[in-house]
Amino acid sequence: MAQHEKYLIDGAGRRWFLKQSSALAGLVMLPPLATQAESVPTAMPDTTATTQPISLRINKKTYKLAVEPRETLLDLMRERLNLTGSKKGCDHGQCGACTVHIDGRRANACLTLAIMQQGRDITTIEGLGTPDKLHPLQAAFIEHDGFQCGFCTPGQLMSGAALLREGHAGSPDEIREWMSGNICRCGAYPGIVAAIQSVQKGGTTK
Amino acid sequence: MKNFGYAEASQPAQAIQLLGAQPNSQFIAGGTNLVDLIKYDVMQPDRVVDISRLPLTTIEKTATGLRIGALARNSDMAEHPLVKQHAPLLAEALLAGASPQLRNMATLGGNLMQRTRCYYFYDPSQPCNKRNPGSGCGALEGYNRIHAILGLDTGDLNKSCIATNPSDMNVALAALEAVVNVSGPAGERSIPIAEFHRLAGTTPQQDTNLKPDELILSVDIPTAKQAGKSHYLKVRDRASYAFALVSVAARLSVENGTIREARLALGGVAHKPWRMTAVEQTLVGKPATEATFRQAATTLLTGARGFAHNAFKVSLAQSAIVQALQEAAV
Repeated sequence: MAQHEKYLIDGAGRRWFLKQSSALAGLVMLPPLATQAESVPTAMPDTTATTQPISLRINKKTYKLAVEPRETLLDLMRERLNLTGSKKGCDHGQCGACTVHIDGRRANACLTLAIMQQGRDITTIEGLGTPDKLHPLQAAFIEHDGFQCGFCTPGQLMSGAALLREGHAGSPDEIREWMSGNICRCGAYPGIVAAIQSVQKGGTTK
Repeated sequence: MKNFGYAEASQPAQAIQLLGAQPNSQFIAGGTNLVDLIKYDVMQPDRVVDISRLPLTTIEKTATGLRIGALARNSDMAEHPLVKQHAPLLAEALLAGASPQLRNMATLGGNLMQRTRCYYFYDPSQPCNKRNPGSGCGALEGYNRIHAILGLDTGDLNKSCIATNPSDMNVALAALEAVVNVSGPAGERSIPIAEFHRLAGTTPQQDTNLKPDELILSVDIPTAKQAGKSHYLKVRDRASYAFALVSVAARLSVENGTIREARLALGGVAHKPWRMTAVEQTLVGKPATEATFRQAATTLLTGARGFAHNAFKVSLAQSAIVQALQEAAV
């Protein structure tokens, strides 16, 4: 479990700390410092009373933080955890750019409330591969021109990786049907289908 | 987006109690519809009660058919061997709906409660009797391509609603004569699917006959009396991942070319899945031919009314019925 690290989020932005000891967990419950509270514009609703402490496991790291019930997993990751790989395309579950894996199954992070995801294993594009060790599908996207502008690509990759694991890559038609939740405005679909097919044929579908 | 409170329930009774404990509370499970509607300020609950971890995910065989827990996810239902074996029509309809991501999230209960996709319902700047009773219907004189042609109120339509139920699953459940088991402070009861969803009438704010304090526990699908074949035909604007313009759930038992039993439900045409048992009865004893199917299709659409942009649905639905029945008769 060398990769399993714990992080505390102070709830006021992107300041985050590697957890040193479990004693620090109590800090999560502390209200924001007075000076911080005063710097918040008065137009902002006071929602401190409605935040709740939660723990999320994302890419094998545990994050302890306080969230508002309305915070989506996507907003939380992008705005507070510096996990900006998952993209906000439509924010309404129509484009698939925010696709992540929850307990191994693909899901739209934009329609997922973070507070409901405690105890789940969440994987984002940041957890799929690394620049040094690409996931086979990432390498195949490069090989087969699976993208142009790249904005939808994290979602395409997460969806494609899940599709391969589900066993829905039997034919180009099947791939197209099971990738229908991911829209690409550049129209890189032929390359995406070819990339998924090549990984299927290569047998590296982990 | 308005902020809201949150409570998590671990048992059905606790969920019902939590829902009743604070006014303007909503159950949330998959969230694929509710979170979307909250973002648009169409729904503004003061608190959501998380029911996603209630032990209601079981899919099992019963003495009379199949029982599916309300929290079974759309993808789990579609792939389940029992569903594929005993209700292939349901599996087919489920896979015709949404995207793989959404099917992994959305539940049986949530799908039953899915709100309409009418543009005017989704836009708080527009009049909508469903969202804001008494404000009128924006679709009536607006862009109404996706709207209803059957089951319309006979009174002033501007006091009613011409939206459709968007679910594919609900159409299949209508054809399969499913029964919805619910629980509330007054106890448990069972609602036949035909009485679960309702026509708009003069109270379009009410999609279903589920009471605001009730929780869906499960759905029963009775075993068909006779062996048969089914087909779910969905017509939409793109090949996949779009709501139905028209859909048909058909099931036929055919013996030596003669129809022994018929089930037929339409989606995309009314405020609820549209089924006419009288038309199904007229099919029994007739030869399973295109002429028979066309006659049934004509009768089913008698009384249909098209608006400025959706009149095409009448002939589209008739053709779809014929094609679906032909597929089911093979």
